[in-house]
Amino acid sequence: MDSLQQRSSTVQEPPGAVPAYRPTPPPAWQPRTDPAPLLPDTEPLRVLGTDAVADADPALLLRLYAELIRGRRYNTQATALTKQGRLAVYPSTHGQEACEIAAALALEERDWLFPSYRDTLAAVARGLDPVQALTLLRGDWHTGYDPHEHRIAPLSTPLATQLPHAVGLAHAARLKGDDVVALAMVGDGGTSEGDFHEALNFAAVWQAPVVFLVQNNGFAISVPLAKQTAAPSLAHKAVGYGMPGRLVDGNDAIAVHQVLTEAVARARRGGGPTLVEAITYRIDAHTNADDATRYRAAGEVETWRAHDPILILERELTERGLLDEDGRRAAAEAAETMAAELRERMNADPVLNPMDLFSHVYAEQTTQLREQAAQLRAELEAEGEA
Amino acid sequence: MTTATTGTAAAKAGANAGKAKPATMAQALQRAMRDAMAEDPTVHVMGEDVGTLGGVFRVTDGLAKEFGEDRCTDTPLAEAGILGAAVGMAMYGLRPVVEMQFDAFAYPAFEQLISHVAKMRNRTRGAMPMPIVIRVPYGGGIGGVEHHSDSSEAYYMATPGLHVVTPATVEDAYGLLRAAIASDDPVVFLEPKRLYWSKSDWSPEAPAPVEPIGKAVVRRQGTGATLITYGPSVPVCLEAAEAAQAEGWDLEVVDLRSLVPFDDETVCASVRRTGRAVVVHESTGFGGPGAEIAARVTERCFHHLEAPVLRVAGFDIPYPPPMLERHHLPGVDRVLDAVARLQWEAGS
Ligand SMILES: Cc1ncc(C[n+]2csc(CCOP(=O)(O)OP(=O)(O)O)c2C)c(N)n1
Repeated sequence: MDSLQQRSSTVQEPPGAVPAYRPTPPPAWQPRTDPAPLLPDTEPLRVLGTDAVADADPALLLRLYAELIRGRRYNTQATALTKQGRLAVYPSTHGQEACEIAAALALEERDWLFPSYRDTLAAVARGLDPVQALTLLRGDWHTGYDPHEHRIAPLSTPLATQLPHAVGLAHAARLKGDDVVALAMVGDGGTSEGDFHEALNFAAVWQAPVVFLVQNNGFAISVPLAKQTAAPSLAHKAVGYGMPGRLVDGNDAIAVHQVLTEAVARARRGGGPTLVEAITYRIDAHTNADDATRYRAAGEVETWRAHDPILILERELTERGLLDEDGRRAAAEAAETMAAELRERMNADPVLNPMDLFSHVYAEQTTQLREQAAQLRAELEAEGEA
Repeated sequence: MTTATTGTAAAKAGANAGKAKPATMAQALQRAMRDAMAEDPTVHVMGEDVGTLGGVFRVTDGLAKEFGEDRCTDTPLAEAGILGAAVGMAMYGLRPVVEMQFDAFAYPAFEQLISHVAKMRNRTRGAMPMPIVIRVPYGGGIGGVEHHSDSSEAYYMATPGLHVVTPATVEDAYGLLRAAIASDDPVVFLEPKRLYWSKSDWSPEAPAPVEPIGKAVVRRQGTGATLITYGPSVPVCLEAAEAAQAEGWDLEVVDLRSLVPFDDETVCASVRRTGRAVVVHESTGFGGPGAEIAARVTERCFHHLEAPVLRVAGFDIPYPPPMLERHHLPGVDRVLDAVARLQWEAGS
């Protein structure tokens, strides 16, 4: 205001002319970072079917193949278990096996995984017992494993809420001087939650060693991506927080592994967080309880089937002479063994102790809970006698 | 939206009701929204999956088709955003009806609910009312995995400025939701999800009663003791009352329907008649709704009471995994045990 007045009193205006409004320039301001290196490429990274695949380690390719076959079988087996009433619900990752598995395999043993409820495959690829991974969905307990044992946080049901936890853990590890990286997984829908944005901001401000992996499978239950965001891509969201965003073909196991490995390495050497968006597709319904025909056309699903993560990897391996009929059979048989064992173990009724309801509410039992436990014990005894 | 118009909307509801027989509570709720939207263009429905899918429980089925996506909107997946946007819409004269997909997924919206929705009228000395309905499917008993079975009514009840309503019958689902939408104050509308598929004999010809929010109802008359209950525990109490008959106990069952405001009159009239009371609900007991109810009843009916007011509630634990939920939920036996204790207290 002052400067405006000053100016109008000092600048000669032609008679009769309205003094032009000339705002004062803002104080010199520079964006903190040139956004260019943070921006994702316009095309998702693809390796399979390109010349770049020549650089891929054949052993890794074969390992990924075996894991994908196992993961696909896990999905079909778990879905079958819902039909038999052995699982309350199962959110299948059919079609998303490559992101799940290739991402998990990019971690070192000392790293941590922060999965959402859909990410059982990532947890299993990290070595978790397939049955323990299903406990939440079977309903015998909320988390079927000790998170410290495999460094896998509980599968998170409330969306995006595990992301700030990943930031906090990674930050704590760095404060302690450990070179531990946290990988946090979230769906496309989950990126709309406030927790997603707060987690990204914290991670960037703290330069925490975290990698955020968005599995963009097209839908949040029934809501398509276009109703979720107006951004050019979800990976673009990274720029606003000051971290690199990367786009990758989520059905290309090698590309996912490559991008995740780079992001993990970057985090480990103190380079800060990365946001990776893997473009993939949910072939099955949201869960076995969902009717996907209400919100999407069959044709769309078929297009994506042609870009199946197993199909494209298998084609590559076969063309390169790394996989033949014997190799395929061996992978299928290993998967079948896993499925048979899973089926058998899931078919046994879990032995539950209702008194466990009171066991882990507090480190030390409260008086009230002791009373309530006594009440339940008496009820159970009466039931047993009846 | 002025009170006069909403009053008319509420009055018209009875006349418009009963076009088709609602088979289930979910359908009654859906028709309540449809009728309200047809009568009042300022009513908007929004939330996650409420449009094309019609909601994960199909409660909003068909509304987007009938009224367009601007009136029944699939929002981005962000509860704080949904409710925060509803605040702004209400500021500009709309009447948003928002759906929180499940009880435990409403928590991200608590900041908006508690700091703004509940307080806006008060902060603005009445200038800015918040005619918002927050529909929350709540409670257990459907085998849901964790975060799908919470009973969060105590949090809502503890927040001045919110109405808290929960139907137990198909008719009430319609009538109370119409009243909630017509209300010029925010209403947390708790839908007992295990009753979504319950049916009624509500005749399509009979007008659907639109009750003002805040009236309890005696569901069963009796003389021996009053079971005070609401939502998913109402059928449990009715069943317990039938079973008690065999023991010679004649129980009255009061369905609160509204937790805020609380109908002291109906509840106390009943307790004064029977002299004994048990409060039954599935949310946790400690610091739970029953604590408030028992205290109120004791304060008002002390000289009529033959025994202390007892509570039958869920245990004071995080909602258990589905395979154990039957041990947590108060069932008929626990209600009868409490009734037995009342009789004993009376005799001693
Ligand atoms: C905070 C919160 N709100 C709502 C839900 C209910 N819900 C479960 S899954 C889901 C859709 C999630 O979509 P997306 O994030 O894309 O993950 P995807 O299921 O596709 O893996 C919704 C709305 C939830 N779990 N948590």
